[in-house]
Amino acid sequence: MATTKPKVDVVIVGMGWTGSILAKELTDAGLHVVALERGADRDTQPDFAYPKVVDELEGSVHRKYLQSLAQDTITIRHNTGQTAVPYRQMGSFKPGTGVGGAGSHWSGCHFRALPEDFNFRSNIEQRYGRGFIPQDMTIQDFPVSYEELEPHFDHFEYVCGTSGKAGVINGVMQAGGNPFEGSRSREYALPPNPNYLGAELFYGAAREMGWHPYPIPASNTSRAYTNPYGCQMGPCNACGFCSDYGCLNYSKASPNACILPVLRQRELFELRTHAQVLKVDLDSTGRKATGVTYLDAQGREVQQPADLVLLCAFSYINVHLMLVSGIGTPYDPQTGEGTIGKNYSYQNLNRVVLFFDKDVQANGFIGIGGAGTTIDDLNGNQLDNAEAGFVGGGIIWARQPGAGPVRGINVPPGTPAWGSAWKRAAADSFRHSFYYEVQGACMSYKQSYLSLDPTYKDAFGRPLLRMTFDWHDNEIRASQYLVDKAQQMSRILNPIALSGDAKKDGTHYDITKYQSTHTCGGAIMGANPKDSALNRYLQSWDVPNVFAIGSNAFPQNNGYNPTGMVGALAYWAAKAIVDQYLKAPGPLVQA
Amino acid sequence: MSQTPSDPAASPSRRRFFKGLTLLPVAAALPGCGGSQDTPVRDYVPTFFNAVEWTFLIAACDRLIPHDEIGPGAVESGVPEFIDRHMQTPYASGAIWYMQGPYLEAPPEFGYQGRLPLRDILRVGMAAVDAHCRQTFEGRTFAQLEHAQQETLLTAAQDGKLELDDISSKVFFSNLLAEVKNGYFSDPVHGGNKGMGAWKMIGYPGMRADYIDWVSVRDRPYPLPPVDLSGRRG
Ligand SMILES: Cc1cc2nc3c(=O)[nH]c(=O)nc-3n(C[C@H](O)[C@H](O)[C@H](O)COP(=O)(O)OP(=O)(O)OC[C@H]3O[C@@H](n4cnc5c(N)ncnc54)[C@H](O)[C@@H]3O)c2cc1C
Ligand code: SF4
Repeated sequence: MATTKPKVDVVIVGMGWTGSILAKELTDAGLHVVALERGADRDTQPDFAYPKVVDELEGSVHRKYLQSLAQDTITIRHNTGQTAVPYRQMGSFKPGTGVGGAGSHWSGCHFRALPEDFNFRSNIEQRYGRGFIPQDMTIQDFPVSYEELEPHFDHFEYVCGTSGKAGVINGVMQAGGNPFEGSRSREYALPPNPNYLGAELFYGAAREMGWHPYPIPASNTSRAYTNPYGCQMGPCNACGFCSDYGCLNYSKASPNACILPVLRQRELFELRTHAQVLKVDLDSTGRKATGVTYLDAQGREVQQPADLVLLCAFSYINVHLMLVSGIGTPYDPQTGEGTIGKNYSYQNLNRVVLFFDKDVQANGFIGIGGAGTTIDDLNGNQLDNAEAGFVGGGIIWARQPGAGPVRGINVPPGTPAWGSAWKRAAADSFRHSFYYEVQGACMSYKQSYLSLDPTYKDAFGRPLLRMTFDWHDNEIRASQYLVDKAQQMSRILNPIALSGDAKKDGTHYDITKYQSTHTCGGAIMGANPKDSALNRYLQSWDVPNVFAIGSNAFPQNNGYNPTGMVGALAYWAAKAIVDQYLKAPGPLVQA
Repeated sequence: MSQTPSDPAASPSRRRFFKGLTLLPVAAALPGCGGSQDTPVRDYVPTFFNAVEWTFLIAACDRLIPHDEIGPGAVESGVPEFIDRHMQTPYASGAIWYMQGPYLEAPPEFGYQGRLPLRDILRVGMAAVDAHCRQTFEGRTFAQLEHAQQETLLTAAQDGKLELDDISSKVFFSNLLAEVKNGYFSDPVHGGNKGMGAWKMIGYPGMRADYIDWVSVRDRPYPLPPVDLSGRRG
């Protein structure tokens, strides 16, 4: 028998970036918020304290700060003809858990989307004609514009202490920034971080290619900083344990460092950890949520009634919760009907490693999670897609979040994996190599979607989420085109060896190798309920007192990391709830 | 083919370890135990692996990361100790893996789909390789083969070309190699990387985790030796 807690105004599922943002905004508005987080509570002290936090075995092998897959995972298959199998060991992407979510162990690359990423489909159609888009490519426009989100992009960057250089402020070009970006209302919160060697060399080589390099906007503070909420951050010391690790220094923006210090003091905010939400409870009409059911730390089933249910559980987990709760209609890839699970997409990541002689002090162990150098010359409208032969662009970057030998040592192509020859190569390469990455957009397709698995269950008895995803020709061509450009640029630097991994024709999605945690789509925002799960405020079309906030809302993925956009959408949704929904609870957009 | 390792340059680390094993009955029967006495005996007694597995592990470690002029070998670095200890952590019993069935075969892009957690992958794999060796090499175990033979077997396992009864040789090999590298390179607190030798070999400063003054230095190699989690300097 489930126990029932007293009703609250808002229940939030998940205490990562989106959950923290919504909790902050809604307690500001005077609402009583209960946040349910499946993992443990975590904070800089004591959880990320030096030296314990920089143990590579615990961080990168035991994946101490990430979600364990033992209780909950997904299943995966490449196409609808296959039987999906479980994602048993973590590889391709690494969901977070615990207070702060993946936001406590992300890297910090903090991009905004380009203005043309928002009207994506119409822009491509306008430029190249409808026929340019493959039949089964289900890309759509976002139902919101860059201009509408600008204040929220800006605010999130100031909450995070994002360090970067503006390229365009109020329509005026700024030297040193990205000339192709959407116009900003002001400069970044902090100036860029210093460049490690590979990033410095990237500048020269990129300019020789005729490109416009600029500092990656990084939510790793280049200076001491106090954010608009009064949270203090120390300057990043380039510790080299950024991705996968919590920050020992209050330097990497995280919910823990940037928002929770305020929330924790609020009476209107209640955080319950080890609270595994199983489903959203709906009333008999199926059109109204009454709250959520969760398992508490002791494994007891608890019902938390609430007027408003906010799914902030990370992109595909939000979709899983919608599917197991019966919110909306599951997507059917045969008919194209239904919207929950539709348009799952990912990120198209490829790496090029440059090896040098011993006089080149690349020192890969030095690292700042999100900092480095990148270009937008092959992204958005800068890329001639007709010439390139694919839809969607990408960026090339020099980034060094920090390398350690347990995380793996890059060795030149052809090196054996063990024995004396490997030792020699590892010793020669460790301090004298760096890498560039190509991060490409990923389109959405009729056959790439999320659904419930018919066979496998999680530890709570629910069907696992099943992912049907593979690389399409468009993304393989993009990978080959962009990696080729990255290699051309890299050769300018005269490395003694170069390794690159453009996807070959027919390459299948490999879930064993880390690529990125930029999983997107599945419960997308759109202009009408026929082709989207959420309206422009991330509100469920079917159950209007449920909002699903995260990269699940992206109809396709652009060339950037998602979190700048995710944060902006979270503030955008929060504003809509406070300014519109609270005054007249119900659908904010008429279908 | 001789019964004993023919390589006179068999690494001192290896001899040192075999020497340390004389308490174990099987080790006493091992060839190669009577090596030079110049290196101190390390007295780690395995608590996870049995004596047969332990000799296998030492031999495999010694081939995967041999002692040479480049840097320390896995054996002298304490990698077998690391692995023995690591097998007794929740990690090695599959605590962060999804271990529920059904267990279906799938192409390699879907990752390991078997039933065994790490520690059993290693155990079953060692037994299977030894069984294969006894059949092929007149009753000898992996540890009793010559270096060149061991290397040929490891290469065959790496490529998945070694046919084993109970496990895919590729799965066994990749997990074994990953564990050997984990032990070689992780902090000494976990039992391997004795004296931070592996870090010194590659020039890794270990757990310093503060490099802001060095981000933009170009003309000099990073000068500081490693420091470990316990604050020791290498
Ligand atoms: C190693 C790594 C590096 C990354 N680097 C970058 C980067 O450089 N730039 C970038 O833009 N993005 C990066 N990301 C992605 C970024 O972390 C995510 O986009 C971001 O954290 C998403 O925020 P979120 O609120 O949607 O989810 P999260 O921050 O993951 O929070 C979701 C929370 O919900 C909880 N939860 C899930 N299910 C339940 C349930 N059923 N009941 C209760 N609680 C639940 C989870 O435990 C988690 O705490 C990285 C991710 C990883 C893993
Ligand atoms: S690199 Fe900087 S921001 Fe990242 S964890 Fe280290 S100190 Fe923190």
